[in-house]
Amino acid sequence: MRTLVCVKRVPITGGKMVLTADGQALETKHLGFTISPHEECAVEEAVRIGGEVVVLTLGPAEAEEQVRDCMAIGADRGILLETTEEWDAQSTAAAIVDAIRREEPFDLILFGNESADAAGFQVGIRVAHALGLPVVTGLKKIEVQGARVRCERDVGGARDVYEAPLPAVLTVLEGLNLPRYPSVPGRLRAKSKPLAVVEPARPEQKLEKLRLVVPEGQGKQAEILEDASQVVAVLQALGVA
Amino acid sequence: MILVHVDSDELSGQAVGFARTLGHVRAVTFAGAYQPAAWAKALAAQEAEAIVAAGSDRGNELLAHVGAILDQPFAANVISLDGDRVTRVRWGGSLLEEAGLHGAPKLLTVAPYTQPAAEIGDVETLDAPDDGSPKVLETVEESSGGVSLRDAKVVVSGGRGVGSAEGFAIIEELAGLLGGAVGCSRVVTSAGWRPHADQVGQTGTKISADLYVACGISGATQHIAGAKGAKKILAINTDPEAPIFASADYAVIGDLHEVVPAISAELRKVRG
Repeated sequence: MRTLVCVKRVPITGGKMVLTADGQALETKHLGFTISPHEECAVEEAVRIGGEVVVLTLGPAEAEEQVRDCMAIGADRGILLETTEEWDAQSTAAAIVDAIRREEPFDLILFGNESADAAGFQVGIRVAHALGLPVVTGLKKIEVQGARVRCERDVGGARDVYEAPLPAVLTVLEGLNLPRYPSVPGRLRAKSKPLAVVEPARPEQKLEKLRLVVPEGQGKQAEILEDASQVVAVLQALGVA
Repeated sequence: MILVHVDSDELSGQAVGFARTLGHVRAVTFAGAYQPAAWAKALAAQEAEAIVAAGSDRGNELLAHVGAILDQPFAANVISLDGDRVTRVRWGGSLLEEAGLHGAPKLLTVAPYTQPAAEIGDVETLDAPDDGSPKVLETVEESSGGVSLRDAKVVVSGGRGVGSAEGFAIIEELAGLLGGAVGCSRVVTSAGWRPHADQVGQTGTKISADLYVACGISGATQHIAGAKGAKKILAINTDPEAPIFASADYAVIGDLHEVVPAISAELRKVRG
């Protein structure tokens, strides 16, 4: 079994969105970074399935930190497609496809269903089409059964069941599993695992980010309630008590 | 002509409403088991200036397939389109992006609850031959006891401040008294105190309650993205500077371990 997991470095945003002066990005001077929550579950799932686990990311040199985090919970090696700019989903998928073709074959290629930041909902699907592989998205359960995979997706109170032959592309959601925390020995081992760095050329962007805007309507003035009787009065006024 | 994929989802009416602002709408759907790659192939084969769907799980998935098949850009969760210029939501709605959408046909989904719903009108059923790609084989009904988080009128939710899995007893008690559902923040599910199904947030459930009661939740943007569909938010937190208060209609500055049981006791008292 050989699994590729594609992840994206994103800031831990905290309580408020603050943009850089040019409106091109979040101001991250005081923020930590992580990978998108869905992807944490993808990495955990790959490690549980077993075999070789390769983690791939497209991002800045600093994204090595996130690849090492994935190695600390069990990924075997990493591929960093290094760039200083943000890429649209179409060109991200094309760069990933190029990398996969150099590394094939994989039995499973896992993605988060959408990234926490750009949320384009499409990179995994584009990669599957380019490679001629089946794809199932939005999964909260994956069972590899020999040369096939059975998977389930929540649909408002019920679960849709799919099957696909391997190799396949799957995109997952948080809730698929409960990702482990990296252990200290895991962190130490991660430092010496192999990381390949490639610098792909960024093509013209067909979904071209112009600027980011913080939506209006943030920053309400809450009415302070002093005690339980005032709270219950509000509950009654709202018709929920 | 604007091709719109519709299904039984209430968001389809919003997508049609948005599409009518762009041009003449042709609403289409499919029969039989959901098979996204095959359905997308049929959508991609139609002549259209734009192909539109709701920004639902299936809408985003179908349009991503169409984008891959046509090798054209696809903008998910759009709130406006003017020529080549789109505005779309990022970070679960905490941020907007203005972007150039340089493709034809224009491929986009409409961000949920950002547009008024319209009458869908006539819907044509397209053929989508089974191409062997993954499709829904069966649908398993979940036997969920209690009130579902997504549809609950009241959600009482706990965060890091609750302190432990056992600490949720007082949250459950208040939710029970209000006939509501129990929710929680991402910190809580990551710690294993509650199942992921209880998580309110960008990567959890997006609620639409009349009242959301946030207890000991700081109010990270990831959480607000799931809670802001509530009509009113009551936040209980010891920290008057907690970001949750910037999204709240009502605030109690205090320790949830005292405030929540006191509210439950008061409710019992007034009910006699």
